[in-house]
Amino acid sequence: MSMELIKPGVNIDFVGKMKYAMAFSAILIVIGIASVIYHGGFNLGIDFAGGSIIQVKFSKNVSADQIRESLKSTQLANSTIQQFGVNEFLIRTHESFSDQKMLAVNVEQPLTAAFQHDYEIRRVEVVGAKVSADFTRKAIIAVIFSWLAILIYVTWRFEFRYAAGGILALVHDTLIVIGAVALMNMEFTINILAVLVFVIGFSINDTIVTLDRIREIVKRNPKQKLEDIINSAINETLSRTILTSLTVFFTVLALYIFGGAVIRDFAFALLIGTVIGTYSTIYIACTSVLFFEKLQLSRMQRKE
Amino acid sequence: MFKSLKLRGAITLIVCLGCLYFLIPTFFSNIPSPWDKYMFKEKIHLGLDLQGGMHLVLEIDTDKALDAMVERLSNDLKESLMDSKVRFRNLEKMQPAKISMELAGADEEKGLENVLREHYPDLEIESASPREDGKFVTLRINDKRAAELKKLTVEHSLETIRNRVDQFGISEPEIIPEGDDRILVQLPGIKDPERAKNLIGKTALLEFKLVDDENSLDEALRGNIPEGDVIAYGLRADQSTGVRGSSPYLLKDKSLMTGASLETAKVQIADRFGDVTVGLKFNSQGAVDFERITGENIRKRLAIVLDGVVHSAPVIQERISGGQAQITGNFTMEEARDLAIVLRAGALPAPVNILEERTVGPSLGSDSIRQGVMATIIGSLLVILFMIIYYRLSGAVADIALIVNIVLILAVLAAFRATLTLPGIAGMLLTVGVAVDANILIFERIREELRTGKTVRLALDTGYDRAFITIIDTHITGIVAAVVLIFFGTGPIKGFAVTTIIGLLASLFTAIFITRVIFDYVIWNYNIKKLSI
Repeated sequence: MSMELIKPGVNIDFVGKMKYAMAFSAILIVIGIASVIYHGGFNLGIDFAGGSIIQVKFSKNVSADQIRESLKSTQLANSTIQQFGVNEFLIRTHESFSDQKMLAVNVEQPLTAAFQHDYEIRRVEVVGAKVSADFTRKAIIAVIFSWLAILIYVTWRFEFRYAAGGILALVHDTLIVIGAVALMNMEFTINILAVLVFVIGFSINDTIVTLDRIREIVKRNPKQKLEDIINSAINETLSRTILTSLTVFFTVLALYIFGGAVIRDFAFALLIGTVIGTYSTIYIACTSVLFFEKLQLSRMQRKE
Repeated sequence: MFKSLKLRGAITLIVCLGCLYFLIPTFFSNIPSPWDKYMFKEKIHLGLDLQGGMHLVLEIDTDKALDAMVERLSNDLKESLMDSKVRFRNLEKMQPAKISMELAGADEEKGLENVLREHYPDLEIESASPREDGKFVTLRINDKRAAELKKLTVEHSLETIRNRVDQFGISEPEIIPEGDDRILVQLPGIKDPERAKNLIGKTALLEFKLVDDENSLDEALRGNIPEGDVIAYGLRADQSTGVRGSSPYLLKDKSLMTGASLETAKVQIADRFGDVTVGLKFNSQGAVDFERITGENIRKRLAIVLDGVVHSAPVIQERISGGQAQITGNFTMEEARDLAIVLRAGALPAPVNILEERTVGPSLGSDSIRQGVMATIIGSLLVILFMIIYYRLSGAVADIALIVNIVLILAVLAAFRATLTLPGIAGMLLTVGVAVDANILIFERIREELRTGKTVRLALDTGYDRAFITIIDTHITGIVAAVVLIFFGTGPIKGFAVTTIIGLLASLFTAIFITRVIFDYVIWNYNIKKLSI
């Protein structure tokens, strides 16, 4: 007796719940947009907004306030100080210290004065305005390009109505991951961009498997109603969809827990992306094939 | 594909052995001779975020180089016009990189055109508008020459920075041009980032200029700077207090010699007080020039100016032959050593701006490796366990493929000298999650086929066949997304994309090919009635 998460012959009416799913997705997207507005725009990391990050590790107990106090009379007085692990802190500022002496004067000297040599500067990142403008442009192009590339591939392999559903799901996933990042007030960095592109690849992956199945059933029973075909395709591939999502979820969870602070935001966005990518495959991508089909039919009727 | 099981088994074996060959240096550092001769030499190359180091993006201010060239041309042009008896006034350099002048009469434009044609092919007349008593003319460098100069400036800067970094002694630096006017510098394992930045970013323009003692410095400081003069400041350390202050000098703007005439520069310790100085030795032409200049200007002061700062301005006592000089100025040993390096490597043809800097300390890098490896091992174990629990022996077969997949990614990274970054490790772990997907697809199909009552052998055949095209589709879309990242991403993100692509390609081989070899071997050799799946 083999283990089965989803019993064969299961038949859930996914298409019938399309309206609820659409409403649910709309709510998620609205929450995302609302939190972007609430936070006054995106919390852009230095990759996109320019600025400096200095990661300092102390060998004794130190509070963020003590650090702020020590930097009071420097150009870093208005910087954000964030705990980043045990006795480890991130100092962020929107100024980009390209001058060679700036770091010594504004960080090393005041920290040494306050904490002697019980600290270590572990990371310095400075991104100037020109580079951050470049990154922003490239990031937007990257996301749109990956949508387009996948749209072209799926259209070529299937039909446009399938591809349109897939792309709708991708835009949906991208918006929700961005919304989750905004909701948690996490920084929008290059790493988050990589997550977006990965989620795009991952989500279409699931969708393709189900679309493949739809096409197979259409070939087998061309007379069947499209609603029923879509439903059985989702049901037949359901156990695979969930299993794969589980394995990816496990690995991302391991990354989130054990991967360290540097990569935690990245892993968090991936966790959201994995869950949303699976949901959108089942509820958005395939059901919207039906939507585009109806659209096409009504257009054809009007032509007649 | 291939029908012969023996052939397929052999391919699998060769690939696995090949992987091990490429990974030996990464995991075993001391291979006893004579074996080491036959071994692959490269370890997996770690990104700066894992091994620590500095990543800099520099911008060469090519406009400044263009400006400097126009400045020189405008000085020469004055003399040429006077020689050709062209009447002009108020010839001066304008911002940005243009020359303006007034011509005294209407006929003078012909004369100017002749001079330009004969001696200044790089200059062209940009505009000429009539004035009451002549013409107002602006000149500029023609586009072709300007583009050429910018390109040369970047090439020259690249060369200079390479020289400096080489002399500083950093192993495996990477210095490559990026775009039109940017240079990417990667210095792994650097200990003192501030010092390295200083060394790379310093223009190091060494000039020898005469001090103008005929005009009043005070008058100049009030704003009446005599024509052809400039004010420069010098660092002067008070011998008794050691406090460094700055003192102004009035200098003749024309530089008599530059660092281009140097043959070498080295640190010297002046014997009495142990003061550190930088000794200069001119090349043969430089020595001749220096002798002439000192001979012509006895009892005048000669300022040694580095990047606009006067280091010293000694009085020339006598004609100096032999082509030697020295720069003094309260250096620490380290400062003097770095100055000697930059002078030897030559001046940058234009100032550089640091656009982006990312420095990771070695301790953070090793933490990241430890955590990344930990996450990978735990994540992989979770997936491996899950597959065995869910699919039993078939799951174990998929797990073998999974392990080969990880080994393959690492081996390809080592073989192609690709860089492993922290997001790269994450990409590898994600690939683990996605790679088993192919096997899940196949196994679910096989289960479906078995349910319809097919024999094990037939179910396997159909399962693999039906899942194949889907697997190809899913892999290609994944690769498409990763390729987009390679084009638009930066270092670490590229690492993520590269490992993902390698992982997806490898999983096509491991999840489809290798698992099938194992299944076929078992089924063809043993009479299996029931599949453990």
